[in-house]
Amino acid sequence: MALALKLPFRRAPRGSDAARSQAWRADADKRRRMVISPEGVPVPFVLASRGARAAALFLDLLMIVGAMVGSTLILIWIASGIGIDVESSASPAHRAIQAMIIAWIVVMFLFRNAWFLFFELGPRGATPGKRICGIRVAARASGGNGGRLTTEAVIARNLVRDIELFMPLIFVISAGVEGSDTEMAGWAGLGWFMIFVLFPFFNRDRMRCGDMIAGTWVVEAPRKRLEHALSVGDAARGRSVETGAQYRFSDEDLAVYGEYELQVLERVLRENRAEGLRDVAQAICGKIGWSAGAGDERAFLEAYYAQLRARLETGMRFGKRKADKHSKPDKHGGKA
Amino acid sequence: MNALTTGIAQRIGGWFAKPSEQVVAAEQAALRSDRFRLEREADWKRLDAILRRMEAGRTRALSDEDLLALPVLYRTAASSLAIARETSLDAALVAYLEALTQRAWFLVYGPRASLWSWFRGFLGGGWSASVRGMALEIWIALALMVAGTAVGWLLVASNPEWYYALVPGGLADERVPGATRAVLQRTLFGNQDQSGMSVFAASLFSNNAQVSILCFALGFAFGLPTMLLLIHNTGMLGALLWLYHGQGLLLDLVGWLAIHGTTELFAILLAGAAGIHVGRSMAFPGNLPVMDAAAAAGRRAAQVMTGVVLMLVVAALLEGFARQMVDSTPSRLIVGGFMLVAWSAYFFAFRRGSR
Repeated sequence: MALALKLPFRRAPRGSDAARSQAWRADADKRRRMVISPEGVPVPFVLASRGARAAALFLDLLMIVGAMVGSTLILIWIASGIGIDVESSASPAHRAIQAMIIAWIVVMFLFRNAWFLFFELGPRGATPGKRICGIRVAARASGGNGGRLTTEAVIARNLVRDIELFMPLIFVISAGVEGSDTEMAGWAGLGWFMIFVLFPFFNRDRMRCGDMIAGTWVVEAPRKRLEHALSVGDAARGRSVETGAQYRFSDEDLAVYGEYELQVLERVLRENRAEGLRDVAQAICGKIGWSAGAGDERAFLEAYYAQLRARLETGMRFGKRKADKHSKPDKHGGKA
Repeated sequence: MNALTTGIAQRIGGWFAKPSEQVVAAEQAALRSDRFRLEREADWKRLDAILRRMEAGRTRALSDEDLLALPVLYRTAASSLAIARETSLDAALVAYLEALTQRAWFLVYGPRASLWSWFRGFLGGGWSASVRGMALEIWIALALMVAGTAVGWLLVASNPEWYYALVPGGLADERVPGATRAVLQRTLFGNQDQSGMSVFAASLFSNNAQVSILCFALGFAFGLPTMLLLIHNTGMLGALLWLYHGQGLLLDLVGWLAIHGTTELFAILLAGAAGIHVGRSMAFPGNLPVMDAAAAAGRRAAQVMTGVVLMLVVAALLEGFARQMVDSTPSRLIVGGFMLVAWSAYFFAFRRGSR
């Protein structure tokens, strides 16, 4: 009790941690879409979460507004430095300056639109905001077949952004300037805004209106490093480097686990945390009836991993797969 | 004989050559799936490096060899993925290959045109081709706009009270039924001292720009709101025409409107047509799924809408400057008429490079 009061930020118990990671994985599964590449190979796409998309948009808007305000201020500063007085309308140079200001307004107007177009048409398919959030734009699969992201599609999805986001804003502001029924306009603008903001919550592929019209979706940008092979080291061949011990497992020792456990073991080995290794080594020893030692867990687990994988992959080649420890032990397994 | 000896020499060379590091590692690996991996790893890493360079926007820095190898390496990675899924239980390897294949796919089947080259194609034929592609919708939108104008005129003619319902208060300050000829004339001429900039800025985000973007946006409610919007807004035009007609200023008003209005109304017409095009393809998708039909129509409509935005900028320039500088009805009509002819010629007579 006293401990709980002293340390309100304790690590959550293992159970709830596992449950949370389970929930996260379930969500990731729900966002997974298998798309057949033009070569006929199914490739998984993971739809971007709505939170990541909102954050990306926020970052982009921040950068756009920053660039616009910054460059305008610099221009004003330069103008005042040269001694141009923008206010006085009598000077003959006034008309020319006015024309330049208008050109600037047009440039700013186009800049906001070009920002999204330019970056989404680039090789990364993502604006800087999207890149920071690790997501990108891709062509939506129709009937499971992936397509090509076209220039027109990118333009269409960004034109509709204007309607979703900027129009209600301009609508409310212009209503305020004209002074007619500001409150009504505010509510109408809000209602409009909400319809489009909530749109991604009401379809399976989390598309906003622009995605729907353009035939695109937003997915997580793939980025994975090639991990080293776990099953080619010395330890994987059963010989421990530290202790020189030889680990050989019999067929019965290996028959207790399936592919799911193999992948859990792979994850533990790659994370390489001492306590994790110890827990898993003890669990395996308990299951196969070995007495658990201490200090050589990694070599033991690598040997078990390599031999379990060899057994399961041999089974795979003969069309016998064992999904996890609960699936029925195959009668002829292991002898092949 | 000679061929035989060289063949033998080659074979002996094969026997005694020093095996590469990669092959040695592959032969030492215990698992078949690891041998598979070690034999192909170099190709994957090369593809990875090429992709990383291209993603960073340094495509030009790539050698021709690498660029030519890209599609081949992509297909190698895709087939490696298919094999690894069937033979390897190394989850990290399969995940890596999935990501690698996906990244290569994005680049090999990416957008063909950069923004700039697309824009050149857009001006040089793509835009007008898209406009011609929705000819039916343009006729529908034109009919609706003419009908809306007629309805607005007739409604106000039958009962002037309708004027206040059709024309919003902010727009019609002193232009109300019962206004004298002098008041109305003052609104049309002699505004040279007005600041062109404020007029420009106001009109860029004005009623008409909003209407045209709305027309397109509301298209995907099956195009019905688009049609209503077109009728309602041209109804306002009809009411204004009636008002000035009553004081014999109809032609002057037409001139005042035409100088930018031919561009602006043309833009609204195209936006309405784009909206109806999207709506129609969703209501009657034909053999395609609704989503695919909407996407196909949306892409064409997007081309047209990009052009509409440009037209609105031109209209705002004309409204802000040309209207203040040109202060007589005939010359205003000439400018407006010229713009109308120019746009029509561009859209319907200019057929170079149409796809």
